Amino acid sequence: MSITVTPLETFRTEDPYPFCPGCGHGSVLDSLNEALVMMELDPAEVVIVSDIGCAGLSDQYFTTSAFHGLHGRSTTYATGIKLRRPDLTVVVIMGDGGTGIGGTHLINAARRNVGISVIVMNNFNFGMTGGQHSTTTPEGSITSTTPGGNLEHPLDICGTVGVNGAGYVYRGTSFDKDLPQRMVDAIRHPGFALLDVWDLCTAYFVPKNKLGRKGLDTTMEGLGLDAGVLFEREVAEYTEAYREAASRMGKRHAPVTIPIEYESGIDEPLSIVAAGSAGARVRSAARLVGLAGIRSGLWVTQRDDFPVTVKAGHSVSQLVLSPEEIPPVGVSVPDVLVLLSEDGLKKVGEMLEGMGPDQLVVALPEFAQVETKARVELIDPKGWTSRVPKAQFGLALLAAAVVRTGMFPPEALRAAAGGPFEAENVNAIDAGLGLAG
Amino acid sequence: MREFIDGTTAIVRGALDAGCSFFAGYPITPASGILMQMMRDLPKTGGVAMQGEDEIASIGMCIGATLSGARAMTATSGPGISLYSESIGLAIMGEVPLVIVDVQRMGPSTGAATTVSQGDVQFIRWGTGGGFPVIALSPSTVAESYWLTAKAFDLAERFRCPVFLVTDKELAMSLTTVDVSAYGEVSVRDRETAVGGPPHTYQPSDQVTALHEYGQGEPVRFTGSTHDENAYITKSPPVVNALNRHLIDKIEEHRDEVELVDADLDPSADTLVIGYGVTGGAVRAAVSTSRAAGTPLSGLVVQSLWPIPETAIGEAVQGVTRIVVPELNVGLYRREIERIVGDIDVIGIEQIDGDLISPEQVLEVIG
Ligand SMILES: Cc1ncc(C[n+]2csc(CCOP(=O)(O)OP(=O)(O)O)c2C)c(N)n1
Ligand code: SF4
Ligand SMILES: [Mg+2]
Repeated sequence: MSITVTPLETFRTEDPYPFCPGCGHGSVLDSLNEALVMMELDPAEVVIVSDIGCAGLSDQYFTTSAFHGLHGRSTTYATGIKLRRPDLTVVVIMGDGGTGIGGTHLINAARRNVGISVIVMNNFNFGMTGGQHSTTTPEGSITSTTPGGNLEHPLDICGTVGVNGAGYVYRGTSFDKDLPQRMVDAIRHPGFALLDVWDLCTAYFVPKNKLGRKGLDTTMEGLGLDAGVLFEREVAEYTEAYREAASRMGKRHAPVTIPIEYESGIDEPLSIVAAGSAGARVRSAARLVGLAGIRSGLWVTQRDDFPVTVKAGHSVSQLVLSPEEIPPVGVSVPDVLVLLSEDGLKKVGEMLEGMGPDQLVVALPEFAQVETKARVELIDPKGWTSRVPKAQFGLALLAAAVVRTGMFPPEALRAAAGGPFEAENVNAIDAGLGLAG
Repeated sequence: MREFIDGTTAIVRGALDAGCSFFAGYPITPASGILMQMMRDLPKTGGVAMQGEDEIASIGMCIGATLSGARAMTATSGPGISLYSESIGLAIMGEVPLVIVDVQRMGPSTGAATTVSQGDVQFIRWGTGGGFPVIALSPSTVAESYWLTAKAFDLAERFRCPVFLVTDKELAMSLTTVDVSAYGEVSVRDRETAVGGPPHTYQPSDQVTALHEYGQGEPVRFTGSTHDENAYITKSPPVVNALNRHLIDKIEEHRDEVELVDADLDPSADTLVIGYGVTGGAVRAAVSTSRAAGTPLSGLVVQSLWPIPETAIGEAVQGVTRIVVPELNVGLYRREIERIVGDIDVIGIEQIDGDLISPEQVLEVIG
């Protein structure tokens, strides 16, 4: 079976453009129309993503699909559209204003090489809002916000996206005869493509700066900027690379359920706080105790407190083990406090103060003098028969606390200790259990 | 069977089970876990997960992907919601189904990244210009984090609007024990799509049109500007009025479809404690402790923050003479309760020191 597709003669609606007389935007859009006609695309499969400003009005004059969003963010919508539907042709139209407020999006889309094409209608000022200067206004130019002449250096859009990896980059003017063909090349390029098309804002920039068609070329020369195709390179298109990489990623992470195999020895909630240093596996040791509690039919919550730097400062884990289901609530006075380092001690001063003879502190020998009314049990790693790395002291001391409180049988803790550090964990647990017994 | 699981994992699982196929986010504590788990798991289900160059790019990608057929979610914390602000407006205006997770941390500004807070509850409601309604759900347990995430996807499709899932550092990052039977099941509706015809309908004003997606055979127009039913920009007062009324009425006139509360009422109680999010735990614990001691007490945990569940709250306050509202902020939600309960005494517990409110604090206020 063969399908005959009648190529469209135009992708324009019947409405005339809304631009001022002589405005360059219209002829850039005419070129885009020609390019789309040449490519014989289905208008439903083309999405014109328009930015803001006069340039942002463009989508309404095409019969294609359209997305008109927020100022500067057009590249992000185009990226999302393309990531979901790589088969669609996605063309962004933005003004020079968009390259300023949305500069980071342009750079990052270029870097990623998402297969979208960006047409910048660059008229050196914000047309829609009254001719204010933009990132591309040449030095010395008069605009409504640079009455004494612009003091800022203009942005080299092409250079910026070009050096950051863009697949195809072109600079020209709205008067270029080959603009439609360059647009075709840009759209056909698999990677990120950008056309920086200089044009005239006849309402503001032209009268203020006596700029005409020739002036576009001389300004370009004066700034030392080249015209034509500036970058054209083979690149890995992002959405394709993404799907390739995803296909090698395997299966979705499955939930890890915990069987109840042991019996707990407590009939009231019991709280344990482990206070140590960040980076010393305090949280993972507490987690193992939690898992062992769950294996013994208890309901466990674990709240961790640590600084944003993760590997420096304190790390304090609060565990509550309860025969009944409980919400995560704060522990102010724990039943057991496991004290592992100075960093930890600094965070639990108030807890120590609140604790009494019914509560237990399990600590390394250097904390023999700690001020508290709680019972203090010192555990000296020197007495352990096997060598336990410092990062496992937390687990060893927690194991000692398990035996002291009888919250669940020690086997539950050994059973919970699986995973990549199993041997090391069991060694630490056994050291703690032996000493506490 | 039980699990030792945090809210982050439950949210990601809820999203994936609800059919989430696109995620983009920017790292921020305490929401980064959602980004990392999405980057790990979403590609394996055929979806796409992206780390954007910032929050604005991330939510922009989500909106673009949704229009191309994805069911999208993004996640951040207060500072990122600030950057989402303008795009939230775009999603409201363009009627984009989108799930936005706010894992609250202490603000303002960078605040305290690893400190719990409930300071965003009004911010997410009024987070963009114009004052138009949004929907916000707030889990109070890890199991709720799962099914309310799925529910957020369902409501986003039902109303074609952004739906917030408002959680916090404590629920997202603390491990709790969950019996797998507690996750519950939510039926998440399929997206209604249409090809051809106008992508919006304003009459009757509360009706929602099926979503028109790109690349389905007919051109689709989308705009964040004030538009007619065909998504062409207009300033015509009757059309603008119809559009704006529609954006309000489609949610406000169907509030009953959103209302979600967990009410534990005792008709003989003269006091009702109302909480939400992580504070819901203290509410439930206070209620059971009080009852165990022989004093009747009623509790209401609000799961749908916005629109505020006026019907359920109205029913819960029948016969009570006093309402206690504990919050990890300066009484931000209490003022809404005060607005709807008339003469009943409303007492707040406002805590902004980074600690959780304990059940004992609630009981102390009740006396
Ligand atoms: C966030 C935001 N800030 C400011 C504006 C106001 N605004 C509308 S158009 C525009 C400038 C557009 O200039 P440009 O992109 O060069 O387009 P032109 O009008 O020159 O075609 C600005 C700043 C806006 N719409 N959004
Ligand atoms: S203001 Fe400038 S850019 Fe806008 S339509 Fe008029 S001439 Fe064109
Ligand atoms: Mg401009």
